[in-house]
Amino acid sequence: MSDGQTPSQTVGPYFTMRLAGEGSNVVATPEADGQRIRIEGIVYDGDRKPIEDAFVELWQANAAGHYAHPLDTRDDAPHDDAFSGFGRCATDFQTGAYSFLTVKPGPVPHPDGSWQAPHVSLIIQARGMLNASYTRVYFSDRDDANADDTVLAAVPDDRRPTLVAALVEGDGVPTYRFDIRFQGADETVFFDA
Amino acid sequence: MSISPRAFDDHPPFRFADYKSTVKRSPDFAPIRIAQTLSETTGPGPSWSAGAPEDADLTTNAGTGGEAIGQRSIITGRVLDEGGNPVPNTLIEIWQANACGRYLHWRETAFPAPLDPNFTGVGQCRTNGAGEYRFLTIKPGPYPWGNHPNAWRPAHIHFSLMGPSLITRLVTQMYFPDDPLFALDPIFQSVPSHARHRLVASYDHAVTEENWALGYRWDIVLRGARATPASSGADHE
Repeated sequence: MSDGQTPSQTVGPYFTMRLAGEGSNVVATPEADGQRIRIEGIVYDGDRKPIEDAFVELWQANAAGHYAHPLDTRDDAPHDDAFSGFGRCATDFQTGAYSFLTVKPGPVPHPDGSWQAPHVSLIIQARGMLNASYTRVYFSDRDDANADDTVLAAVPDDRRPTLVAALVEGDGVPTYRFDIRFQGADETVFFDA
Repeated sequence: MSISPRAFDDHPPFRFADYKSTVKRSPDFAPIRIAQTLSETTGPGPSWSAGAPEDADLTTNAGTGGEAIGQRSIITGRVLDEGGNPVPNTLIEIWQANACGRYLHWRETAFPAPLDPNFTGVGQCRTNGAGEYRFLTIKPGPYPWGNHPNAWRPAHIHFSLMGPSLITRLVTQMYFPDDPLFALDPIFQSVPSHARHRLVASYDHAVTEENWALGYRWDIVLRGARATPASSGADHE
């Protein structure tokens, strides 16, 4: 047996030396199947000041709902060689904004037998965060699927809107706005799986 | 498959007042527990494209033809899950200050220590089939920061691991043994006392290479199977 989990420590202010290079927020290559979208937002602290040195990572299924991972062995959702499903973005030093260029994910199954609404997973870290926080981005134009989603159903009604990205004006591709807020009544819902 | 839960008692709290920037950057609400679905049990680790082997040698990977200045140090160990099973072929990314405690980063403007043209302070490698990794680097210097008057971080190397799943992701820091700054560092002290030693590498004379480099050993334990590995395929809890 091992000694137990190695404790987490903050990613600190200098992670961009290694972890978020130019272009790492482009998740979908031009060859990837699916509808091109942008997901963007600002990470805010407890005073609603932008966190200008946050680190956001994205993980999602492809347009058919398949994860690029050996555990996803389903035949009904094909793999797409042009889509890794993973991206990284350091927030802007002035504005605290992040963005990802990706494709709209397909539905993926839940172990209870239902289908999960299309969503992407985000991991948020920063200087001043001793542990990573996990959240999910759902899409405002999929209220039908969102209403049947097991994970959203576990979230209190008044906090559920923090997980739904709204379609906003964007340049060229459909753009979904997803701000991430720490602290306060409208704090973004974070998950522990 | 099912992955052992995040052991919150072994990790720092989200809010630790002595580390001041946690006060406004920590959640108020506890995270909501959800079942592990494919969204959590999959992750980017296994399909990550491999980096160049020379990136495990930070003493030369600046590519200048010159060598970094500082005490050459071999950092090696295993990546394991909680059952003691090796985590093979998993990416480890590291970043660190130079021997003077200076980071090569545009935001570092306050500390007037010299940069080293032959040291970028970043590296990566993958574990082998036995979960083993190995870096050659130089020992970083302690580093001042603005948390409180005369605040200095103990010498440390930042480690980032993806592991096999999204929820096995770990970002942490490795420390060197017997650092007198441990007791004064709120980031190190934020770890529950019973678990702090897990962040400190051991000096290992069997790793030390004669007339070349000092050796340190540090094992990393990710969330994962507690006992023997469960059969893969099923994604129910």
